[in-house]
Amino acid sequence: MLGTDRAHVAVGAREAAVCVTAALLVTALAVIGLWVGDFPLRFDEVLGVLGGRIGGLTRTVVLEWRLPRIAAAIAFGAALGVAGAIFQTITRNPLASPDIIGLANGSFCGMLIALLLLGGGWHLLMLGSLAGGLVAALAIYLLAYRDGLSGFRFIVVGVGVSSMLAATNTWLLLRADLETALFAAAWGAGSLNTATAEVVWPATGVILALLVITPLWSAALAQLELGDDVAAASGVAVDRDRAALVLVAVVLVSAVTTVAGPISFVALAAPQIARRLVRAPGLPLAATAVVGALLLLGSDLVAQHVIPLTVPVGVVTVTLGGAYLLWLLVHEFRRTRWSTN
Amino acid sequence: MVDQLNARLRAERVTLRYDHRTVSEDLSFAVPDGSFTVLIGPNACGKSTLLRALAGLLRPAVGRVLLDGSDLVALPAKERARRIALLPQTMAAPEGITVRELVGRGRYAHQRVLRRFSRADEEAVEAALASTGATDLANRRVDELSGGQRQRAWIAMVLAQETPLVLLDEPTTYLDVAHQIDVLNVLHRLVTQGRTVVAVLHDLNHAARYATHLVAMRDGRIVAEGHPASTVGTGLVAEVFGMPNQVVPDPVTGAPLVVPADTREPAAG
Repeated sequence: MLGTDRAHVAVGAREAAVCVTAALLVTALAVIGLWVGDFPLRFDEVLGVLGGRIGGLTRTVVLEWRLPRIAAAIAFGAALGVAGAIFQTITRNPLASPDIIGLANGSFCGMLIALLLLGGGWHLLMLGSLAGGLVAALAIYLLAYRDGLSGFRFIVVGVGVSSMLAATNTWLLLRADLETALFAAAWGAGSLNTATAEVVWPATGVILALLVITPLWSAALAQLELGDDVAAASGVAVDRDRAALVLVAVVLVSAVTTVAGPISFVALAAPQIARRLVRAPGLPLAATAVVGALLLLGSDLVAQHVIPLTVPVGVVTVTLGGAYLLWLLVHEFRRTRWSTN
Repeated sequence: MVDQLNARLRAERVTLRYDHRTVSEDLSFAVPDGSFTVLIGPNACGKSTLLRALAGLLRPAVGRVLLDGSDLVALPAKERARRIALLPQTMAAPEGITVRELVGRGRYAHQRVLRRFSRADEEAVEAALASTGATDLANRRVDELSGGQRQRAWIAMVLAQETPLVLLDEPTTYLDVAHQIDVLNVLHRLVTQGRTVVAVLHDLNHAARYATHLVAMRDGRIVAEGHPASTVGTGLVAEVFGMPNQVVPDPVTGAPLVVPADTREPAAG
């Protein structure tokens, strides 16, 4: 009995330690992000604004220019990480991430249609992006569903749908006038340049609401790791809970994609990095959220301040992602050669 | 015959289908309470499909499966899982999970939405570990275990669910013979403790020794059922498996022992 307590406490304590450490790093990076930029500020000025002691232009720079972008990086990173953890757990495959199975391309497609055919406006773009993500997810789900959902089939179908959507997106861009196409193409690389207060706060609100309810399914997610049959036999309403989880993940990804475009790698890597740090079986949701926030915030600071020209954060994450993907493929290949289960 | 039995779990005229492939049609079957029921039959005869339907994992296209008189598909998943447990053929152990954590996952149906591991959960886990002889393995990682040990861990997870009905799909396949007997003894002990066990087995002689109720299937139909002593005979084995054979008394227990006829080609020359 003590053993079980100890095992639970040990994993719980490690996850708490990982969360706290990553959260401290996020805070530190956030303060740096508020401090550094084209408009020079002293460090004590940033603290003064945060403490409510300094107003005027300094306050505008910190709270209205820089804070939305920092908040977006944190919230979006967490959202992508959790969405990735949901897909990877449901499919029991570390390659199943929303950017690989075509959700991001679906959102982009919906957004392009809203922009090019319906004229745009942020609300319309958001709806278009959300609808695109949902339709893509539904299409993959239905095409891959056959007496249950096989993770591998889900991914292969997702990659196919993703390619078709990418082609559609290119075609849509070619039809657009130059100015619209440039705007859309920049957005399509995944960037937080467009993260202004007007769009960030609604998206962040949606994301926070979803992140708060996601733990309701964490026990069911843990059962799904054991296989659909085991999960069902142990009392999970597999089809219902999985549909709810996919919906949560799709809305999370769409909320991000609407504002920032398709940002790759975070959803793929954050859950796996968090799992290795926590050393828990399965993907730890809370740690994944904080690690995701750290990854995206860190990547965005690199994209803005470290690289001489300002590049979209998506370029940084995709570069990291390529390296990570190679490592993961090699690692998985070795592991599956050794054990059949 | 079915109606004379005391049976909490029964299938009534079910048609079982995957996609559009019909496995069984108009099949009725009752699991006698307190029995060790064993399903046998050639590959793809519908044993596993029937087991999945009895566990509520496969919804019959026609007919219904009744648990304590109510339709299984209408029961909430957690309520069903507090009465029926199933060890399926395919399962996945997350990398790095310990035996104790795996067994704890069997408690899902007894837990609230935001999981709290209660004293009852702890006790069920310990009892399940003890009755499968897996207590010593509790802190080992599942991916480091031998096949037999791993199977015992999975069975312990199913037992931790504390259900009166325990269903197992080929629990002894891929195990060496000593571990097969180990697992069967664990199941036998469950039956003596008052649980009802239903298992799909491949080994006819194990089935004949351990079953209190034997069910022989072929082509999605039940060919014969009853106590092994009155069911297993040369004719039945030939009919179900299409294999010439002799049935003799098992020298150890007296149960029917199936011995395949010598169908080798005569040596050349």
